[in-house]
Parts: sequence; C-alpha cells; structure tokens
Amino acid sequence: MNAVGILPLDVAGWLVQFWIALGVAGLFLQRAPQLINNVIFPLSALTSLLLAATGLWALAMPTSVMVLPLGLPDLPFHLRLDPLSGFFLILLGAASLGVSLFSAGYFKTMAGSTLGLLCLEYHLFLIGMTLVLLADDAYMFMVAWETMALASYFLVTTDHAIPDIRKAGYLYLLIAHVGAIAILLSFGVMQGGNGIAAYTFDAMRGAHLTTFWSSAAFLLALFGFGAKAGVLPMHVWLPEAHPAAPSPVSALMSGVMLKTAIYGILRVTFDLLDTQLWWWGVLALGLGLLTAVFGVMFAAVQGDMKRLLAYSSIENIGLLLVGIGLTLIFHVYGKDALAALALTATLYHSLNHAMFKSLLFVGTGAILHATGERNMGRLGGLIRRMPWASGLMLVGVLAISGLPPLNGFVSEWLLLQAFLLSPGLPNSYINMLVPVAAAVIALAAALAAYVMVKFYGVIFLGQPREHALEHAHDAGIWERIGMGWLALACVLLGLAPVYVVGQLDHVSQMLLGAQLGNAAGNWIFLAPVDTERASYSPLYFLLAVLGVMLLTSVLVRRLYHGRVRRSDPWDCGFPAQTARMQDTAEGFGQPIRRIFEPFFKIERDVPSPFDTHPRYHGQSDDRLWYILYLPIKHLTEKFSSMAGLLQHGRIHLYLTYTFVTLVVLLVFV
Amino acid sequence: MMTEYDLLFAILFQLAQLLLVVLLAPLLTGWVNQCQAWLQNRSGAGVLQPYRVLRKLFHKDAVIAHNASWLFRVTPYIVFGCMWLAAAIIPIIAVDLPFSQAADVIALVGVFALARVFISLAAMDIGTAFGSLGARREMLVSFLAEPALLMVLFTASMISHSTQLPRIVDTLAHHQFILYPSLAFAALAFVIVLLAENARIPVDNPSTHLELTMIHEAMILEYSARHLALIEWASSLKLFAYISIGIALFVPHGIAEVGNWAGLPLAIVLLLLKLMLAGAGLAVLETVMAKMRIFRAPEFLGTAFLLAVLGLLIHFLLGA
Repeated sequence: MNAVGILPLDVAGWLVQFWIALGVAGLFLQRAPQLINNVIFPLSALTSLLLAATGLWALAMPTSVMVLPLGLPDLPFHLRLDPLSGFFLILLGAASLGVSLFSAGYFKTMAGSTLGLLCLEYHLFLIGMTLVLLADDAYMFMVAWETMALASYFLVTTDHAIPDIRKAGYLYLLIAHVGAIAILLSFGVMQGGNGIAAYTFDAMRGAHLTTFWSSAAFLLALFGFGAKAGVLPMHVWLPEAHPAAPSPVSALMSGVMLKTAIYGILRVTFDLLDTQLWWWGVLALGLGLLTAVFGVMFAAVQGDMKRLLAYSSIENIGLLLVGIGLTLIFHVYGKDALAALALTATLYHSLNHAMFKSLLFVGTGAILHATGERNMGRLGGLIRRMPWASGLMLVGVLAISGLPPLNGFVSEWLLLQAFLLSPGLPNSYINMLVPVAAAVIALAAALAAYVMVKFYGVIFLGQPREHALEHAHDAGIWERIGMGWLALACVLLGLAPVYVVGQLDHVSQMLLGAQLGNAAGNWIFLAPVDTERASYSPLYFLLAVLGVMLLTSVLVRRLYHGRVRRSDPWDCGFPAQTARMQDTAEGFGQPIRRIFEPFFKIERDVPSPFDTHPRYHGQSDDRLWYILYLPIKHLTEKFSSMAGLLQHGRIHLYLTYTFVTLVVLLVFV
Repeated sequence: MMTEYDLLFAILFQLAQLLLVVLLAPLLTGWVNQCQAWLQNRSGAGVLQPYRVLRKLFHKDAVIAHNASWLFRVTPYIVFGCMWLAAAIIPIIAVDLPFSQAADVIALVGVFALARVFISLAAMDIGTAFGSLGARREMLVSFLAEPALLMVLFTASMISHSTQLPRIVDTLAHHQFILYPSLAFAALAFVIVLLAENARIPVDNPSTHLELTMIHEAMILEYSARHLALIEWASSLKLFAYISIGIALFVPHGIAEVGNWAGLPLAIVLLLLKLMLAGAGLAVLETVMAKMRIFRAPEFLGTAFLLAVLGLLIHFLLGA
C-alpha cells in the first residue's frame, strides 16, 4: 500500500480518459496530419506503456473496485482491476505500444477527415478493449464490448470504397453481433432472475447456479466469445476482416482483440461461475484442437500474406482454447498444480501471440507501403531492399514457429509439459484423449513452421518476382521503432520465462487458488513442478548456440581462410532461368493442399497443353462456408422474403394489421 | 547430492563429449557409406573418406551467388552449431551432462527445428527453382517427422516421468531388461523418422544429384567450400545425434551411472559397438529399400506418426 492512496484502477481510469482526449483531438486536428502522426500516436503509445505498467503493478496489488456515477439508474458502471484484468492490461498495453509507434509512421500517407476519423476510431477501439477488461458488471461489459466491436468495424472498413472490404466488414459485424447476443444471454443466465442489481459480476459470483444453468451459461459464453475469437465454426469472418483492415488495425485485432475473447472465457468460466464440469474442458479441448489444425492447414494454402496471418491467428486461438480446456479438466479433478501449469501456458501463449502476431501484421503493413502488394506471388527478394523490416520480421517468424530460445517455444514447452504430466486422471477416456491431443498440438506446431517458412521465404527471400519491387523502400523510423519494440518483447519473453511465470502466478492464484512457482528456485532455470521432471533455460541455450557458432566461425577463419567469390547461381545447364521459376505461394502450399485435400473445396482451371494463352487458376475454399453458412443465409433470405409479403408500404394495410392485432389481443384478454 | 567437485567433473565431461561427437560424427558417416559399398560389392572409399572431403572443401574458395543475403552466409554456422549442440546433449557414454538441465527433449526437437527452418530459408534465398523445391519438400517431410519424433520421446518421458534426457536414459538403463510394448511401437516409428530426417532412402537419397528426386541436396545446391563443409559436417552430426537418440532410448544398457567414472571405458567400448551395429543396420536398410515417390513420403511418415501416437496410447492404457 502506498501513502497517497492511488490505486492502479485510478491510474487506468486516467489513462482511458487521456486516450479519449487524444482521439477527440485527432478529430479536430484533421488539418494538421503531421501533428496527428508525430504527436498524437506517440503520445498514445506512451499511454499504452503506462497502461502496461499499471497492469503489472495491479498484478501484485489487492483487487480494487470502483463505482462510477454513470450508467443505468439501478445499475451504475462498476469497474474492477484484479490480477486477471491486470495481466490482460499488460498484454493490451505492450502490444498497442508497438502498434501505436508503428502507426505514427504508417498513417503518414493519409490526410484530412479520413485520418482524423481513423485516429478517433483507433482510440475508441483501444478504450473499448481496456474497458472490457475493467468492467465489473454485465451492462458496462456489453457497452465496452460493443464499443470495441463497432470501432473495429469502422476501422476495418476504412477503405470502404472497395466493395470487398464493405462485404468483409458486414460479415464481421454480423458475426460479432451474433456472438454479443450469446454473451448477453450468458450474463442473463448467470444473473439468475434476481433483478437488475444482480447484473453486477459480484452478484453473479454469489449466484450458485445449478449444474444445468451453469452449463448453459458456459456454452453460451463459449459460443459468444468463440465467435469473437474465431473458434471453429465461427471463424469465417476472421480471414476476411483482418486482411481488409489497415495493417496496424489488423495487428490490434489479431494481437489484442482476440485475447479479450479469451479473457471473457476465462472470466466467465473460472471467476463468475463457481462450479465447473469436466465435459466443458473436453469440449474446449476438442474445439481447440479442431480450430488449431484447421487454421494452420488453411494458412498453408493462402496466397495473400494477411490472410495467411489471419488463419495463423485462428490456429493460435485454437491452441489457447486447448490450454483452457486442459486447465478446466485438471481443475475439475482437483489437480490444481497442473491446472496452474496449463493456465500459465495459456496466458503465456496469449501474451506471446499478442507480440509476434502484432509484429508480423505491422510488418505486412510495411511491405504493403513499400510495394503496394498483398499477394505473395508478386513479392520476393525484399530482404535486400528492406533490411530492417526483414530482420525484425525474422524474429517474429522464428518466434511464431515455436523455435527456441524465443518466446513461442516457452509457451509451447509449458503446454506440452502440462500434457506430459496428465496421466493419473480418474477418467480413463480423458486419459486416452490426452496423448492424442498432444500429438495434434505437435502436428499443428510443426505445420506452423511450414507456414512461416513459406511466409518469410516467399516474401523476403529469392528474387523479386516483379520489376516494381526493385524500388521498394525500407520501413520508416517510427515503423522501425514500433516493430523493434515488438521484436524485443518476443526476445525478452523468450529469455526471461521465470520472471513471466512468477508474475502469472498471481493470476493462477486468483482463478484456481494454486500457483505454479518455480521448483528450480533461481531465475535461470524454468522448472515447473519439479527440477527432476523438466527444466529449461533459454539463456544457457542461447549462450551455448551462440558460443558454438562463434567458435566454429573463428576456427574456420583461423585454420583455413575467409575467401569468398561472387558468381551467378548454378543454372543447371539452362541459362534462361527467371524469377518466375521460383515457388509461388500456391506452389509452396501445394503439398499441404494435396495431403489434406478432403478438407478443402478446391477449384482449378488447368490450361490444356495447346492453349496459346494459358491461364492457371486455383482456389482452395473453406468447405464450412458452403456446408454451414450458405444454407443459413438461404434460410434467412427465405424467411425475410416471407416477412416481406406482409410489407407493402401502403398505410391502410398497416392500419389493418394494427386493427387485427388489437382484435386478437382483445379476444385473448 | 552433487558436490562442487562432481559438478566440475561433469562440466569437463560435457566438454569432452562436445569434442568427441564433432570428431566422431564423420567417421560414422564414413562407416555407413563403407558398409553400403560392401553390400553393393564395391570396395568403397574407406571410412576416413568424409574427413578427406571436409578437408578438401575447407581449403576451397567459397563461391556464392550475387544476390545471396546475410541469411545465406550465417546459415551454415547456425545449422552446424545446432547439430553440434544436439549431438552433445544426448547421454551416450555417461548420464552426467550438466547442459541437459538447460535443454530437455522438447528443446532437443526445437534445436532440430531451428536448424531446419534456417536451412530451408537459406535454400530459398538465392531464388532458384531448386532451392525452393528443396525447402518445400524438406518442410513437407518434417511436418510429420517432427511430431512423430516428439511422440517417440514423450513415450520415453512418460515411462521415466521426466523430459530430461539423462533421467530418461538413467531410468531405462537401470530397469531390468523388460520390453516395454509402448517402446516397441516407438522404436519402429523412430527408425522411420531417422530415415526421413537424415535424408536417407527411401525418403531421400544422400548420394543423388538426380534433379527430380532431391530434397536435402536441392536445398544446399548453392553452397560450396567451407559453407558446404559445415553443412556436410552438420549432416553427419545430425545422423550421429539421431543414432545416439536411438541408442539412448532403446538400448541404453551399459551406460556409466552418475559418478561412476570407472565404468567409462566399458561404456565407450559398448557405445562404439552399438554405433557400428546401428550404422551397419542403416546401410542394410538403405540397400534393401528403394526410393519412393515424394508423395508417398507423407504416407510413410504418417505411418510413423500414427505408430508413435499408438505407442503413447499403449503406455497410457497399460502403464508400460
């Protein structure tokens, strides 16, 4: 406790107000785009930094609550900052810090009202996400949730002149609202019919629902938050909306907004509901596995770099859901130390994904600015034109592929450890599910490396596939700083897992009443549960790899020589090789498409050998869209056209309807 | 409890193994090649041939393409470093390896993955048709082989309740000689993974330069001189590491216990015997099998993956 009596929640409140001020200022500064770019966005980044610091501070502090003099008469806005919110505030702050810095350079090409509005929407989006994390009653939560959804909708449709982007935005809005209704219903169930005052989260915590209603609330929440997170089969909006948005917005949506859905699931499942059932965990685990494999499979066949990243986000959300499922299973069976391990892995991976996915998304922004091209088949060789962007993105690519000693590996390691420790669950069916699940996770992780080699290799390596790429320019200074921060975060999160896990223990303590701790007892070795069982030290690992590499290179130079001659690449006796002979994005994904053929809806036009103007066209679509969504769409259209029969727009008809309704009602009364 | 003296000794031993594997690895490759030559009724170039090749390559001037980036130039060092480290952390002579606390089996798979991602990226760097073809095929082979390897290692981890290699080997070596059914499945899967990951027949052919069938060779086509030497050496180290994993998991018997320095000579002799047998076995396997089409490879590796998962499941069911 400090003497002044300032609580983290107060600080968070001030930061939100400052963000509002920045957003509104952006609206009024339309005439001075330099000011928006060079002052407002950096200030916004500073606010993000402070917010992350506040979150970190809140982890170790007791929970603080606040009631605002706003809101409904009987239900004022409740705010609360506990370790769970604190952790997600760190995630939000740290990711948006990088993204805002990047934005300061990225939006330079915009001006006028577009930029002013964008600045306002951008800050509203950040505020919406922050308030979702701080809300302590259902009303406040829904208001913040909708602010977030609407602000991001407007951001997605920034380029609303393009019909495809309007379509993507519409789909996003639609699914976001189907999800929001489910969340609202879930709150309604948890409130338990006890009047409006019971809509505070505190009242829900004490509601003691029956198993049936608990399950109903959980399923509704899983559906609602799953729609926002892109869990199968509610994922269809994600690969449309994320690529449509400007890159920094895609970064925030993928890196942070999806995590608010994870936050929601954790909040409802472990905090608001007081009992959990084992089959919830199995359901979440199963859905997570499906989502992960589906996401990575589709990422492998994409040709558009932002769509590829969007599908990769679906994969990572799947992994997070697997972690939540595992946590639930362990928690229900009273193995809270293991539950803490699984939860730690989940939270760690959320944070990691926020960092590397934001980095990769803003990186695609830098490429878009430099080349104007999103199609990977028209890129290539950018490592020579964009040394900064390519170097920083390499960190992100290695991190997301789960390679040691970066951060993606740590969370994967923790998750696999959780699987390895699981035997001994009383339910033998679940026991058998566990190794299969671990195998699927390993498969998804290996495929993720495939996807990332494709992503990086096709965009940055090889020869430029178009002449225009010769004039590509590197990222600007703000963009470099933004990406630099995110890359640094990937490295630090990878090298200091003991510290991070120590901080995450506050969250596990709050949600599960158990914490992971570190059995090794020092900051170098990460050893959950027991040093005999498993330990990992990224720092020693890095030192060893670097040491061996340096030793090798020194020895080779010393013992032999360092002579190098440049020449043409080997042409295999065929000198007319061009850049078009490299693998395209489609070509690199072809083996995956072929192996997993039944999962794709493939359309191909292959030219005949005698075609004078041969054109090849290939497309791999999502079967679920055709199986699930189109029938729903047709059904909706049918119903609305039936309803349309009643609507003729003539006033006397409507008066007749009113009259008939009144008569019918009178008969009943 | 370990004393300071023991720790110092263990670190020295770790360094000794580091040196041993890097010197011994080309010999193993030479031995496999020599066995193959004998099986094919050739006289062969002798077991020392890989050393001669390395010496020749180190003396040559490196030639690299005009547009090669820094990634292309650092990759041989990264790959070599990773493989060296991987081979050095697998307990094959004694179980006192202090570095294994920093990197367990999952990290071991991670090291292999790190090297693979870098070499695939480097293959795409020049932008020739062969480079990206090799990279794509390498990633194709590994996306099934890597999880299969992980599952094999997990089966052993489950048995020994630890993911640390020394603990695993210690547990497996000091049980009575019982046949774990789960390990039998794992061993089968492991052999397939070993063949695939080391670019051996039937998945790839290390001695081919036939354009359409190359995987590993297609990736390193642009490398020459010291870069190529490092990559070749790394390949030898990788083969050594994989055979070491096989020995450590499936026939660890005879390995020196913690602090049992007197058992070292016997352990070394046994290790050399096991390596020779494994190398000869590999040569036989490669001689009796034919290279398969590239799209049969995923099926082949899928089999390995399923076998490994089956092994793990059997462990869960039978507890053995």
